[in-house]
This record gives sequence, C-alpha cells and structure tokens, in this order.
Amino acid sequence: MKTIKSYRKELDDGKVTSEELFQEARKKILENKEINAYVTVLEEKEEQEGNSILKGIPYGLKDNFSTKGILTTASSNILKDYVPVYDATVYKKLKASGAVLLGKTTMDELAMGGTGTTGHTGVVRNPLDPSRLIGGSSAGSCASVVAGITPFAIGSDTGDSVRKPASYGGVVGFKPTYGRISRYGLFAFASSMDHVAYFTNTTEDAAILTDILKGPDKMDMTTLEDDGKKYTETLENDVTGRKLFYFKDVTNPSYYQDKKDPILTETLTKFHETIEKIKTLGIEVEEVDFDKNLLTAIYPAYMTISCAEATSNNANLTGIQFGPRGEGDTPDEIMMDARTKGFSELIKRRFILGSYILQKENQEKLFLNAGRVRRLIVDKMTELFQTYDGLIMPASGGIAPHFEDASDALSDAYLILENHMAIGNFGGFPSITIPSGIVHQMPVAINITGRVLEDDVVLNIAHQIEKKLNFQKIKEEARCEK
Amino acid sequence: MRKVVIGLEVHCEVMTHSKNFSASPNEYTMTPNIHVSPVDLGLPGILPVANKEAVRKALKTAMALHCENPDEVIFDRKNYFYPDLPKGYQITQVTKPCGVRGYLDFYVEDKVKRVEIHQLHLEEDTASLEHYNNFSLIDYNRSGIPLMEIVTEPCIESSDEAVAFLETLRSVFLYLEVSEAASDKGQMRCDVNISLKEEGETKLGTKVEMKNINSFSNVHDAIEYEIKRQNEVLDHGEKVVQETRRFDDTTGKTFSMREKVDAIDYKYFVEPNIPPVKITKEFLEEIRQEIPPLAFSRMNKYMEEYGLSRYDATILVKEKKISDYFEEVIKNGASYKSASSWVISLVLASLNKLEISLEEFFLTPKMLADVINLVDNNKLSMDHGKKIIYQAIKEKRNPIEIIEENHLEKIEDQNVILNYAQEAIEENPEQVRQYVEEGKDYIANFFVGKVMQKSRRQADPKIALEMIKQELEKRKNR
Repeated sequence: MKTIKSYRKELDDGKVTSEELFQEARKKILENKEINAYVTVLEEKEEQEGNSILKGIPYGLKDNFSTKGILTTASSNILKDYVPVYDATVYKKLKASGAVLLGKTTMDELAMGGTGTTGHTGVVRNPLDPSRLIGGSSAGSCASVVAGITPFAIGSDTGDSVRKPASYGGVVGFKPTYGRISRYGLFAFASSMDHVAYFTNTTEDAAILTDILKGPDKMDMTTLEDDGKKYTETLENDVTGRKLFYFKDVTNPSYYQDKKDPILTETLTKFHETIEKIKTLGIEVEEVDFDKNLLTAIYPAYMTISCAEATSNNANLTGIQFGPRGEGDTPDEIMMDARTKGFSELIKRRFILGSYILQKENQEKLFLNAGRVRRLIVDKMTELFQTYDGLIMPASGGIAPHFEDASDALSDAYLILENHMAIGNFGGFPSITIPSGIVHQMPVAINITGRVLEDDVVLNIAHQIEKKLNFQKIKEEARCEK
Repeated sequence: MRKVVIGLEVHCEVMTHSKNFSASPNEYTMTPNIHVSPVDLGLPGILPVANKEAVRKALKTAMALHCENPDEVIFDRKNYFYPDLPKGYQITQVTKPCGVRGYLDFYVEDKVKRVEIHQLHLEEDTASLEHYNNFSLIDYNRSGIPLMEIVTEPCIESSDEAVAFLETLRSVFLYLEVSEAASDKGQMRCDVNISLKEEGETKLGTKVEMKNINSFSNVHDAIEYEIKRQNEVLDHGEKVVQETRRFDDTTGKTFSMREKVDAIDYKYFVEPNIPPVKITKEFLEEIRQEIPPLAFSRMNKYMEEYGLSRYDATILVKEKKISDYFEEVIKNGASYKSASSWVISLVLASLNKLEISLEEFFLTPKMLADVINLVDNNKLSMDHGKKIIYQAIKEKRNPIEIIEENHLEKIEDQNVILNYAQEAIEENPEQVRQYVEEGKDYIANFFVGKVMQKSRRQADPKIALEMIKQELEKRKNR
C-alpha cells in the first residue's frame, strides 16, 4: 500500500522520477486491462506547473471533470468525442499542485448508477476480485487506487458514488462539506447534492488532498469561505470524549433474521466488533432510534430529487452545441434523435422519471415532498449533531456483489443499509468511508458523517480509528487471502 | 362596440459590464460569437454566477414602478428545448421576482392612465438565430445577457395607451440608467396579448399573443390590425382562436404561428447553484436613494408648480439630461417660463442643428441662466441675448465675456438715448415733417430704428420710443 507520502519520499530521495512513476502507472493500467479503470490514458506527462506534496505523483480523474484538450466522455455515447475547451477548478488546482494527470477514469454513464457497469466502454471490475463489481458511479477512480495504479483518484459523490465503491474496494473515500471544494467543471448530475470526493489509501492522504483542493471559487457561488484550517495538522488531535451514534435496529443482525444472509450477518457483526474497538479510543458510541419512516424515505427522496435535477442538468446534451449531431428536419427532431441515440436505456428512464417528477401536476406531490423529506432528515441529523460529533454506520450491508447479483431492484431489507449515505448529500455533511474488516475475503467498511463545516473533526476521528483498526493488516488480509 | 383588453410583456436588456451569469462582456456588437464563454455555451460542468449589478438594477426598476421587492434573491430554471437555449433551461425568476404588484402612471393625451404591473423579473437572454433556406446559424453573443421582463395586468385599452405606456416605460429605463432600451438593437422587445370582450361582459375574451414586436409603431399597428381582425371574426359569429401570431411589418398584418392547445409546462424549479441572498432593508434603501424623480412626476411639477404648458413640459422631460439641465438653469436664478422657452427654443434647437448630445454642449446651465437674467431684467435685449448665445456656442466662450467685450449691455441711460434721438431727428427732416405736419404717428418707429442703429442695438427700444415721441411732440408745439 503506497500512500502519497511514500510516493513523495521516493521522489524526494531520488529513487524514482516523476516520469518513471507515470510510465509505471501506464504499465499497470495495461496489466489491469480487464479492470477497465480508464477511458483515456494520457500518452505523455503534462507539463508540471506547481510544487506541493503532490508534485510528480500520478492520479486518476473521473471522466466527468472538464479537462481542456483532453477527451471527457462522462462514459456516455453522447459525449464520446467531446473535448472540453476549459478546465475544471479541481483539475486546475491539481495542475497547480504539480500532481500528474494519468488519465480519465471510467464511470457509470453521466454519474448515474452505483454499479460501475453502465459506462459506454464497458464494466469496471473490482481489482480484488474481477468477478465482482467495484461499485459506482466513480468506479474507475476507485479501481485505480485499489489496483495500486495511482495513490489517489478524484471522483464525484451525489448519493454515495465515492463512499460506496471505497467500501467495496477497501480504500478510503472522502466527501467534504458541500461547498468546500468547487464544482466548477464537474459535469452536473444533481447540483444540490453533487460533491467532489476522492479515493485514497489513508485518511491522512484524504486530508492532504482536501487541504489542496478546498477553498472558495468565484466560478461556483456555492463554495464556502476559506476556513483557514489545515486538516492535516489536526489528525492527531485527542478524540477522547468524542461521541458517535448509529441507527438502532437496521444495524442489528437479528433484525434481518428471516433473510438468512450470512454476509449481511457477518458484516453487521463485524460492525459491532469495530464499534467496540472504537470505544477503546475513548470515543463514546451510542445507538439512536431514528424514525424508520424517514430512513426508508431516503432512497425514494434521493431518486426523486436527483432524477429531477439530472433531467434539467443534462438538457444541454442535444447535439446542437457539441456532440454527435442528430438527424431530422426540425430542431426538435434533430435534438430528439441525438438524445435517443446518445443515452442508454437506464439514463432515459431516469430522465423520464425526472421529467414526470417536475411536471406541474406532480411537482407538489413528488418533487417538493421529496425536498421536505430531505429537510426533515437534515433537521433531525442537525438536532442529533448537537449531542453527537458524528454518525457511524456500516458503509454497506455487505461486500462487493458479483456481477450477476447486481441489480437495480429494491430490497426492503437493504433499503436503509445500502442508501443511508445519501444523508451526507442531503445535508452537505462531510462524510468518510474507511475499511474496517474482512468478510468472505472481501473488505467491509464503516462510514462516518459529521457536522457541516467540521471536515477537520471527521478526518481526525477517522484517522484515529484507522490507526486503531490497522488498515495495513486489513488490506494485506484482503489480498493474500485471494 | 367591443372592449379591447391588452396586456404587455416587455423585455428589456439590462446595462451591465458582464452577462447575467458569466463574465463575458455585455456589449452590443455586429460580429457574431465573440462575447462567449463556456457558461454562455452551456458546456458540461459550467455554473452560473449571478451578476449583482443586474440584480440591483432590476430591483431599482421594480422600485421605480412601485413594486414590492422580495426578501431574498432567488432564481428558477425554466426548462424547455430550443436551439437558441444552450443549457436546455433558462435561468429566470418565478418564485420570488424582483418586483410584484406595481403600477406606472402616464399621460395619454391630457388624461392620466395607470397600468398595473403584475411583476418584474430578471432572466437571461437566449442566443439569437439567423435562419437561411436550409440551415440556421446561432450567435451566442446574446446568450446570457441580463433581461428584465415586465408583465402588465390586462388593463390597457387601446393601441395609443399601449404605445404611451411603452414610451413611458422606456423613459423610466433611461432615467434610471438601467438600460439603453434601443429597439433597433433589440434591447427592448414586446409581447402583446390582446382580446376583445362584449360591452358589459366581465369575462375576458380569448386572447391572442403576438411575440417579439420590436418597435413601438409596430406595436401600434399590430394592435390595430388585431382589433380589426378579431372584430371581424366575432362579427361573423365565429370564435377567436387562442394562438400565437406573428406581426409582419412589411404587410402590417398578423399571421398565425401556432395554436396554443395547452400552455407549455416549463417544469420550473429553484436554481440550485445560486444560493438565496437575503435583501436587507439597508440595501433597498441604498437603491431607493439612487432613484431620481422620473418624467411623470417632473412633468406634473412643471405644469402645476412652474405653470408650464403640457406641451412644453412633455418636451422638457423627454430626456432626463435635458430635464436636469432645465432644472439647473432654474437653480441659477432664471424664471420658470423663460428657462423653459430658452431651453426649448435655443438649447434643443442647437443640439439638433449641431447634431451633438448634451454632454458635448458647451453652454452650461449657469451661462444660459446669466443671459436669461440679463434679458429678464432689461439689461440686455432679447435679440442680443439670442445672438450672444449662438456666438458663445459657436466660439465656445462664456456669453458674459462676449457681452462685456462688445459693450452689449442694454443702454437705459435716458440722456444717452436722448442724444441718439436728437441726432436722428436732426438728420431726417423729411420724416420729422411727416410726423409733425401730416400727423403720421407711425413714423416714430422709423426713428426708433435709427436710434437702435446708432446705439449698436444697445438702446432700450421702449425708452428710445419715449424719447423720440417727446422730442417730436416738442416740434409739433413749436
């Protein structure tokens, strides 16, 4: 497991050059071809502008960040030849930090989906077990870090698109507070919930990236003022007396007795073992009885809001300004043809849903009600955050599924366990997924979600837990047991 | 006689440095696609950044139209597909427009008309399309330019009222300096909704919408045509179809564009990328301070307080700068009526003749007022006054300087004038004879002319006449 710091040391000690790292990473992509982590791999290292701890270190960038002169497809046919004319703020900042862009990573089409199987260049596989998926939508970015191609990779997280795959791949996935990092140049999926997020091998690396990427941007009105903090400096703060909570019942193995799902049982058992270890850090962990109706409503509310916003956000993809031009005699026919050919069925389904949700006669019942549910959940969380520093939950009720098991079907039992991380997007709360153990030779993870603006606290707690849980060991187990 | 019911939707480009949601310049140009950024093209990943100046000007205009302002600024998305709309949605205001429930008063002939304003909101303009035989071109210069839309209640009753309203509204824009509002640059455009209803009927008739009419005279002609057309339809016992019609200014007729079966569902929702900004009382007060008295109130003041005619008042308030100039002349001591007649007959005429704007005009209100005061106080003849003003404008010199240099101040000294009169009488015995012996009184004027000539037109003609009569009468009695 190589961290940003270990790359830095090797570079500084002259053991390796940036060019060698770049070529080595390119080679690893070829070696891991079946993983399909990248849509585009750069042929040549870009000119480096800046200097920072990231200088000379290669990274992957999700293919929904605008990169001037570099193909950016969002893994969709409608953008398969789209070469942007401007740089996303995140990309600019990384360039200015001296980090080396290796390529653009595969994703679920237009960031919609959680499986990593819907991109126009094919499925992304889990490097730990290629018969399993890695999750999505930031699938390729996750796989890049899991496969050791790059020590970090940038993704985006609208529901849990970084934090869920991180769990399936046994890496860290962090999404800072909404507005902490500029979204300018990130292809919008659901603007009110879209976050820049990233995969790293350690929490410390996540803090390093946040320090570099955060800050106000005049191109994004939703960015926050600079908080003047360096999150890397508070990772070792004492966490004694910190309080966390988890949702009662849904984390209890016996709650799912009739399911007879050994992986679920084991995952939840592991979760409680982890909680016990965390308590030894002096962190108090309590269970909270959160309104089950609200928890059950997370997924439908999320789908309602995200489909509605996505329909509008992707209305620019008409083949008029850019993209494959459709055929037809009228503007309407031309646009309709481009969109019919350019989107997969899954995407069209979401757009139709979104359009339906926004229709005048449905807005109140669907769109506005979903917004109210969102508000209720956020209010309840904010209330709990008066007592607790964070919510701790299993990032998933299981391990990375096999491809044949992956489906979009809703399961009542998993409705909450598999979708609660959208709470972080509803409220813009900082949220991190870190590996916590091994189940059936695959990693499982915990997720910690904290108060808005308190990215430092979340990173501090996660870092301390990470040390306690011994990541290195978890990862070695995951790999050597293969 | 059926009653005409008209509602207007006026679009006006707001004057700002940059576009409504991007940093591209907001400037008029004939060269296509030069004021364009990724934001204006709606490229993937772009975000809108609201233009404070545009919001400020929209709030100011709303205030000047007596609208209620909202407690916060938020924007909404209006979703529809059209090739001139790159994002597939237009950012506009539905939830909380910059102004609601206002009104605008203005004169139609000599009667005051009040048009209720339903709302004023800020939005972005679309790109412009140029259609050719088998293709169209898109110019994105206009894409994202801030646009105010002002929607009236259906309370306008004639084409004259509609045009008077539009002219007044334009004057509000110009007085506030929120827009150039030049129709020829497409900066002010108008949608007209018109229906007819039977006398005594309370329910509105079926309305027809005419979109994007770009000059006031076209608005007038389109309304007149529609009134005629709809009356004919109804006279034949047929029904007016709810539809959108296009006005063709070459034929002066309107043509059906599309029937409106159902209003399009624009699926409005709040723009998530622009956080709501609270509007403080202080901010609104600051804006209020910047609103000058507008044409309508100035006009009333000129008529009621200054005793000017409606005709003159109308001319004076037509442009804020002229009106300001006029008021400055008054502040410098000129009487209302004199200031009015000198500004209208002299200043405006000169500006027209020289084809310059007031900024380029040399004569300051103070200079004009000084000359007016000399004339009004009989220190300078009207004749000289005007000549000096023209000379001052031409030579770019202070008129007082010219007066002093040429000793043009009026001669009122009776002894001096008497001398001239006596000289004239001595030199013209034949005319004296006619006056004295033939009783031709009008000959006195001949001598006034002589005195004026001798005094280089400085003598006060009244005193001159007095002196001449006095001298001639003496001779009668001899």
